[in-house]
Amino acid sequence: MASRVWAATAAALPCGAAWAVGDMPGGPAVNQLNLGPGVTRIAADQWWMHNFLLIVSVVIFVAVFAVMFYSLWAHRKSRGAKPADFHESTAVEIAWTIVPFLIIVGLAIPATRMVVEQKDTSQADLTIKATGYQWKWGYEYLKGEGAGISFLSTLSTPREQIENKAPKSETYLMEVDNALVVPVGQKIRMVVTANDVIHAWMMPAFGVKQDAIPGFVRDTWFRAEKEGTYRGNCAELCGKDHAFMPIVVEVKSQDDYRAWADAKKKEMLAKADDPAKEWTVADLNDRGAKVYASNCVACHQATGKGVAGAFPALEGSKLVLGKQEDQIAILLNGKQGTAMASFKQLSDVELAAVATYTRNAWGNKAEDNVVQPKDFTAARK
Amino acid sequence: MSAVLDHHAGHDDHAHDHPHGWRRWMFATNHKDIGTLYLWFSFVMLISGGLLALTIRLELFQPGLQYVQPELFNQLTTMHGLIMVFGAIMPAFVGFANWQIPLMIGASDMAFARMNNFSFWLMPPAALLLVGSFFVPGGATAAGWTLYAPLSVQMGVGMDMAIFAVHILGASSIMGSINIITTILNMRAPGMTLMKMPLFVWTWLITAYLLIAVMPVLAGAITMVLTDRHFGTAFFNAAGGGDPVMYQHIFWFFGHPEVYIMILPAFGIISEIIPTFSRKRLFGYSSMVYATASIAILSFIVWAHHMFTTGMPVTGQLFFMYATMLIAVPTGVKIFNWVATMWRGSMTFETPMLFAVGFIWVFTIGGLTGIILSVAPLDIQLHDTYYVVAHFHYVLVAGSLFALFAGVYYWIPKWTGNMYDETLGKWHFWASLITFNVTFFPMHFLGLAGMPRRYADYPMQFADFNMVASIGALGFGLSQLIFLACVLKCIKGGKKATAQVWDNAQGLEWTLPSPAPYHSFETPPTVK
Repeated sequence: MASRVWAATAAALPCGAAWAVGDMPGGPAVNQLNLGPGVTRIAADQWWMHNFLLIVSVVIFVAVFAVMFYSLWAHRKSRGAKPADFHESTAVEIAWTIVPFLIIVGLAIPATRMVVEQKDTSQADLTIKATGYQWKWGYEYLKGEGAGISFLSTLSTPREQIENKAPKSETYLMEVDNALVVPVGQKIRMVVTANDVIHAWMMPAFGVKQDAIPGFVRDTWFRAEKEGTYRGNCAELCGKDHAFMPIVVEVKSQDDYRAWADAKKKEMLAKADDPAKEWTVADLNDRGAKVYASNCVACHQATGKGVAGAFPALEGSKLVLGKQEDQIAILLNGKQGTAMASFKQLSDVELAAVATYTRNAWGNKAEDNVVQPKDFTAARK
Repeated sequence: MSAVLDHHAGHDDHAHDHPHGWRRWMFATNHKDIGTLYLWFSFVMLISGGLLALTIRLELFQPGLQYVQPELFNQLTTMHGLIMVFGAIMPAFVGFANWQIPLMIGASDMAFARMNNFSFWLMPPAALLLVGSFFVPGGATAAGWTLYAPLSVQMGVGMDMAIFAVHILGASSIMGSINIITTILNMRAPGMTLMKMPLFVWTWLITAYLLIAVMPVLAGAITMVLTDRHFGTAFFNAAGGGDPVMYQHIFWFFGHPEVYIMILPAFGIISEIIPTFSRKRLFGYSSMVYATASIAILSFIVWAHHMFTTGMPVTGQLFFMYATMLIAVPTGVKIFNWVATMWRGSMTFETPMLFAVGFIWVFTIGGLTGIILSVAPLDIQLHDTYYVVAHFHYVLVAGSLFALFAGVYYWIPKWTGNMYDETLGKWHFWASLITFNVTFFPMHFLGLAGMPRRYADYPMQFADFNMVASIGALGFGLSQLIFLACVLKCIKGGKKATAQVWDNAQGLEWTLPSPAPYHSFETPPTVK
């Protein structure tokens, strides 16, 4: 009945039409009703298992409620039903204990096989580390072709779409600036961890969800069998922008993957900073604005005013305007018991740039307003 | 829900000086007055938690951020959970225990009258702390009702208020449980052996033991969060040698029995109602008792099924999967028993029976999705999605809450001496059943399609089902006003109820006049 009620309500609404979007490529379909079949064997098994369980459940449900509804109809006082006096029957009671037990054993057997398969992360072709940050993902290619590549992956949906000032795209909230790229048909081992709080790396098309636990590494794996772009989310509540740190994986052919990895490595080399260079205030400020926009703005806001009661303002902040050592320390180590995490994963140049930027932005005028990368290098030791 | 007890000259004959006016409630030691306080308190909390839920559904009505920013959104989902679990459902069942246990076992009152008073009056300050935390700097805690570390370590002062509130509520629950156990074990009428107790009393006896076993565990978990926050410990901080996942183990060691704390007394209420309106005794009384006890015992060894995605070893996943699946067996026994009780009965469908039948129907849906979720390799897909939200609302709203409604309609004539308005009651039932399903059934689809829970905003493809759920939620909220109207009308007046009230109700409470006298049984009845 539940589904009938639902169907009637749905029919009364302008379904789909109101938004005029299509299915998301590699993501959810419009009004999708079931799990997708996915592109890994594990996801396909889960899809099969769910359908199987659903059928078993519906059969049990219909059987039990056919009896109940027949009884509701037939054994009513208004139809002159006289109450019987039977109660307790050992045979019946044993039967309705044993039968469900056997059904459960029947379900547990394929489920056990699947658990063992899901947990087998051995013999991977490629190992990639995913790190959850508030609120973005970082990827590091640890082993296999492309080892050494690392980058951050943040939501690329423009703020105007979220604030309803621009029409929302088909991939709204499930698009990123730098997607994770993997080769098709290869066993990818994902090593998952986090920097601040617990996140979860969830990719429905691969049948994968692994909590990212700060200070611990856990692993999972997938072998994508079809090229394409696939989309997932952070699945563990991680604070304010929990809904805004999606995951996008591009599965490429072996050749395309190799080309991507080469290009990415060259790009990283070109971007790498000369550690000996003495930076000018203007250069650091320009670079710092970019670092700020991708790492700090979610909490401290573009205005530097923070969010009252939750995230402190940097504008006029004693810490920002005060001694350089204190600011360097908090950037490297975070502040225990608050949302301020350690940012030591950033390079010395990036940290120096953002420190310099905060000392000069929003009318801040710190006395020693330039922090050099070498100051961070020294503080790290 | 409430009863303004009229003290007729008839039974004011001996020197009972009980206070009147506000003192009657402040210094209440009578189990009925305290039960009434509990029930009204939980109704107020139900409405507060409901308003939070409606605000959540308002924001989720359309994709994009419209009314609520994500910071506040997370506070709303967190406080909705805490208020409903600790403020609405649990106290409502304690209210039923207070009202009904002495009536059903032939006692004059609860064992510890003043402790009873204290355990109620601890609740309003806790509620004020919870609700008040919205107004402190940084707002209420936004770490989810599970308060997972280390997110809960990041929160502002609202988190400390929530910790304090949960401590107080825990103390109240433990005192309530001690009272209930003592009353049941020591104050039964002569002849009422344990295996002759009404099932509602049985389920509460077992629930009370569960509460005593797990509330201190929760207190331990949140105290560790508190010391991590303020006193430099590192229980849940890997950098200091702690482990964030340990919080989850401790929390769910409390959390899973907690689920049964909220459903076992509901089973008890349903097991009283179905036989009455089928005019036939319960099919398998002793198997119901054993099933309840089995569920309670199993509830201690399934906790980590809430944590399949944390990355447990294969053996851990398998153990918790098997143990969880086993719970289906005693739960199935209960469902079959109720259906067998109806079979070849002579049924009528007054509001309590409607809610009881509705309960079996929707609770079974929640039970079956529970089996699907228990399958660890599948839970990997469904964990922390709307599928889980649908599942636990099917067992907690359509389960516990519907059973509470059924219980109120069933016993309110005994409480007030008046019959409730049957038409209003039936409206309340149908409106609740339909809007409940409109709200929560689409959430199964959202979860299967991959929409994570606790999201302030979502992709366009999820828009229609979210809109349907929001419309349903508004309807469900409004339906509860019918309940309020029905209860108030019943307290004010209405057809006088007989002592028996229903056609074939069994049990000691129906041997007393309606409304039940101030001291329920002054001379204990004898049970044959």
